[in-house]
Amino acid sequence: MAIVYEKSKGLTDAELHYCPGCTHGIVHKLVAETLDEMGVLGNTIGVAPVGCSVFAYNYFNCDMHEAAHGRAPAVATGIKRVSEPGTIVFTYQGDGDLAAIGTAEIIHAAMRGEKFTTIFINNAIYGMTGGQMAPTTLVGQKATTAPYGRQQDHYGAPIRMAEIISTLEGCAYASRVCVTDIGNLNKAKKAIQKAFRMQQEGKGFTFVEVLACCPTNWGKTPAASVEWLKENMIPYYPLGVYKDIEEVK
Amino acid sequence: MEKELWKGNEAIAEAAIRAGCKYFFGYPITPQNEIPEYLSAHLPKIGGCFLQAESEVAAINMVYGAAGCGVRVMTSSSSPGISLKQEGITYMCGAELPAVIINMMRGGPGLGTIQPAQGDYYQATRGGGNGDYRHLVFAPATIQEAADYVQIAFDVAEQYRNPVMILADGMIGQMMEAIEWREPEKRELPAKPWATTGTKGQREPNVINSLYIDPNLCAVHNERLATKYKAMEENETRWEEVNTEDCEILFVAYGTPSRIAKAAIQLLEKEGIKAGMLRPITLWPFPGEALKKIAMQDSVKAVVDVELSMGQMIDDVKIALEGCRPVSFIGKAGGVVPTPYEVAAAAKAAIGR
Repeated sequence: MAIVYEKSKGLTDAELHYCPGCTHGIVHKLVAETLDEMGVLGNTIGVAPVGCSVFAYNYFNCDMHEAAHGRAPAVATGIKRVSEPGTIVFTYQGDGDLAAIGTAEIIHAAMRGEKFTTIFINNAIYGMTGGQMAPTTLVGQKATTAPYGRQQDHYGAPIRMAEIISTLEGCAYASRVCVTDIGNLNKAKKAIQKAFRMQQEGKGFTFVEVLACCPTNWGKTPAASVEWLKENMIPYYPLGVYKDIEEVK
Repeated sequence: MEKELWKGNEAIAEAAIRAGCKYFFGYPITPQNEIPEYLSAHLPKIGGCFLQAESEVAAINMVYGAAGCGVRVMTSSSSPGISLKQEGITYMCGAELPAVIINMMRGGPGLGTIQPAQGDYYQATRGGGNGDYRHLVFAPATIQEAADYVQIAFDVAEQYRNPVMILADGMIGQMMEAIEWREPEKRELPAKPWATTGTKGQREPNVINSLYIDPNLCAVHNERLATKYKAMEENETRWEEVNTEDCEILFVAYGTPSRIAKAAIQLLEKEGIKAGMLRPITLWPFPGEALKKIAMQDSVKAVVDVELSMGQMIDDVKIALEGCRPVSFIGKAGGVVPTPYEVAAAAKAAIGR
């Protein structure tokens, strides 16, 4: 019998701890598949964040560091700068980690053109700590620390990281994707593949933002969460490529 | 070997290179800037990497990443910057990563001043970050010692898989002295099978981590760390004794104040008062047993603690003496250094003269 599908060698056999309908599992799979297909798992060092994906070091089948909250880009910088040529380095970070406490680290890593890849999971909420407001929480969206919904006059409007990162010269590639359906999932895979390939070619910092669902903390079913993402997140966080130095102008 | 004239900060930087350190991540702050400046000029020449980070927080986390890959790596800063590095230091102790951290202390609290001080003793020896952790703290009193102990620090860090701090007051960084370059005593250093260098498909993945979510496992982790710290206490405690035999006054001082105390000892000698000194070279582990042994001599009437702070190491002195001898204090903080005359006068007062 022919094997038509098997789990990527880029993932360990550890059981994922994510909630039903959470996007992390899908994105883990896309990253793991990409590293396996490129044949670089043995030369890859990943950096896990603080947040829901804090245990990512148990899931990716490559050397890993667990970073302090928000510091993954600094840790990745240290790793990449001392590792042998050809080492692939990535950070996997959520929105609280990357767009709040770690804003300085991600901006400066991108500014320096650090040759690693950042996978940024934007689910507009703090998941691990139980649904607090994130810098990416939409205006009017409820959170446990914004029980009346995010008020723009109090907290400002949410931050668009892919756009900000794309303005930096050191950034070679920045895009925003989602994985709500097969079409978008395929696009996300291509974006992740491209980001890692461009890193391998030494082109600069590469960044893929993935809009993600958090049914548990959004208080919705997995199916309703997908719809909510499409109707509310995509209009504010448009999908697309914001920077690609390979694109002919 | 011929002696050479070196500025403290530059000697520390050169010592790191001689110890095989090729990587440095830091952020500017006075009075330690000559360390990153020197390394920014010299590390690229030896195929290393100097990187000026966006903050001390980022710099220490770059050190975390580099150390996890098994290379020799260093960072340096001064008091307010070391406060920012505490996050990374506790993570490195938790993840058991070797590295060398220089604190060229200035006056505090807050921005304080840029002149020499020793107000970070508590922070360095108690752990300024969260959790139960320890790291060795070397306190050089001369440029020679600074150069020697930076080299020793890299070896000790690897031996115990733990960061090591060099705690010096700004005077040590800014002063120039004649030194000779010498290699530290050879240690048997363990291999680094834990380093993240890529699995190459030859082994299971390595993970650099300080998270033990299962409380039982976290407790075991803490107990194992405590055993390691105990071994450091047993094997690495260092101090210098000056004139301690039958002394009437026993000074306890480290770094620059120990040099002032040495001058005070000479002043007192002229007046017929026999004074001596115990100078801790490691602040953690503190040489408490050695101190008590000397202080319990029948001749000792008073123990005088001298610091460039309002009194921090004095706690360790009192803990060591367990109330067996009176302890008095002379210290100045905020960047001002006491004179040998002031120190001698305080010592005389302590014995009622």
